[in-house]
Amino acid sequence: MTAHPRAGLATLLLVAAVSAGVARAESDATIEGIEKYREALRDGNPAELFEAQGEELWKKPAGPKSVSLETCDLGMGPGVVAGAYAHLPRYFADTDKVQDAESRILTCMATLQGVDVKKYVDARWTSPEKDELVALATYVSGQSKGVKVAASATHPKERAMFDLGKRMFYFQGGPHDFSCATCHGQEGARIRLQDLPNIPTQKGAAAGWTSWPAYRVSSGQMWSMQWRLADCFRQQRFPEPIYGSDVTVALSMFMAATANGATMDTPGIKR
Amino acid sequence: MTTNLRIAALSALLFAAPLPAFAAESAWGPGADDAAFEAMLKSGFREKGIVKLDRLKQDATQAFCSDPIKSNAKDAAKARAEIEAANLAAVKWPSDGKFLGDFKAGEKIAQSGRGLTSTDKADQVNGGNCYNCHQIDKAEISYGTIGPSLVGYGKLKGTSEEALKTTWARIWNSKSSNACSNMPRAGHMGILGEQQVKDLMALLLDPNSPVNK
Ligand code: HEC
Ligand code: HEC
Repeated sequence: MTAHPRAGLATLLLVAAVSAGVARAESDATIEGIEKYREALRDGNPAELFEAQGEELWKKPAGPKSVSLETCDLGMGPGVVAGAYAHLPRYFADTDKVQDAESRILTCMATLQGVDVKKYVDARWTSPEKDELVALATYVSGQSKGVKVAASATHPKERAMFDLGKRMFYFQGGPHDFSCATCHGQEGARIRLQDLPNIPTQKGAAAGWTSWPAYRVSSGQMWSMQWRLADCFRQQRFPEPIYGSDVTVALSMFMAATANGATMDTPGIKR
Repeated sequence: MTTNLRIAALSALLFAAPLPAFAAESAWGPGADDAAFEAMLKSGFREKGIVKLDRLKQDATQAFCSDPIKSNAKDAAKARAEIEAANLAAVKWPSDGKFLGDFKAGEKIAQSGRGLTSTDKADQVNGGNCYNCHQIDKAEISYGTIGPSLVGYGKLKGTSEEALKTTWARIWNSKSSNACSNMPRAGHMGILGEQQVKDLMALLLDPNSPVNK
């Protein structure tokens, strides 16, 4: 999809206007209204704009070395993007680390393009740097739409990451004693009217893992999984998780491997 | 021949079965690989706004409750009872002996989920988050279901000394009656102050509160 920049802006403005309506609908507590709206948007998920943006960024020569990311190895060989997201996180021999899509994209920016990625890691959400990273993750995830999740755990470091992620999931702390499990550890629970997936189950993990990055109608923003996790940690009253850190990769490994066999539906759309 | 067939059938079965994430459960909880976990915590977070890294330091209750399999095990009953006793002993009772405040103020506190996140300010008045998890006033239809419905709570419990005390202890420090309750320890952890807890008490127990109408 190649959206004319002006058409893209118009669509975004339209979506922003409509999403204000959604906020009102929600305060009227008509969750059905949101569902209908979500249905209507399925034909034209604004996430496609970010996907297109990400594709452009992926293919454009950039950084001090002025090369594109097209030869980036996302785990299925240099240059293979199709299906890669569905197999992540995974172990990479060159970094000797388990990486998710987002931390791997950082690696490629550093090694292929010579970019100083610290600036990207430190930048706040909604900064131009993070916008780029989210668009790239959205593009990469879109290339796995319809592919079955198959996070392997054959490498000992992948296995260790899964166990660390599980432990993090149940780790309580902060003034509210919250862990991920407080909000995502029971079947059919909600916070206010928001349904919470029961993440330790295959169905719950699949609901969460296969639908992000997602366009959030309520905020008019495109969020990657890293951003989703950062906002849940915020609600948990925890400090801010560092972008691409092992904490975030471990939780992703736990979710992805628990979701194994489900079908990627990315980029997603959320309330 | 029959053996061969059986082997073929067996291996077909084995390969057709959906691959589990892992062959077997490995050790993962507290005590499994503490060094790796500590290193992950240390490298994984940064301070933001009012939220410092000390949020990651657990007290005894939090540490105990971070492994649901161990903390729910039969042989953990004694440890659970000890945690409940310690939390009950830490409950601060109303300084003037009055348990009930203003239910209208209580409703506002129950509605608010604000406070103590990295995007909140230090001088923010914290909310109780109650509607995030409980149905309370029937008129509010946007309520969560992590906790039980509290509609009619006061009608059910009355205002006996015992009802006042158990409800106060529950809100002030939920772990005083259930070691690993999902409910925050609002008073104990300084989320809410004494007057706010009194107002919530009135919301739940005052016969004139909409909760009991
Ligand atoms: C205090 C409550 C709370 C805590 C703690 C919490 N979350 Fe969430 N989480 C939510 C809410 C609410 C949503 C839905 C948000 C929405 O609808 O906009 C959500 C959404 C999600 C989603 C997307 C689900 C979907 O179906 O789209 C994932 C994945 C997730 N959380 C993972 C986590 C993880 C991992 C942790 C721990 C690091 C965590 N959450 C901690 C409240 C919480
Ligand atoms: C994160 C979820 C959560 C929040 C926030 C929460 N609760 Fe609870 N609450 C629970 C759960 C779960 C229970 C059930 C008992 C248990 O598991 O310990 C409970 C039980 C109770 C009970 C006892 C009910 C009974 O029938 O005995 C009362 C009273 C109560 N909560 C009041 C409150 C008030 C007031 C607030 C706000 C200050 C609040 N809760 C906030 C989860 C929560």
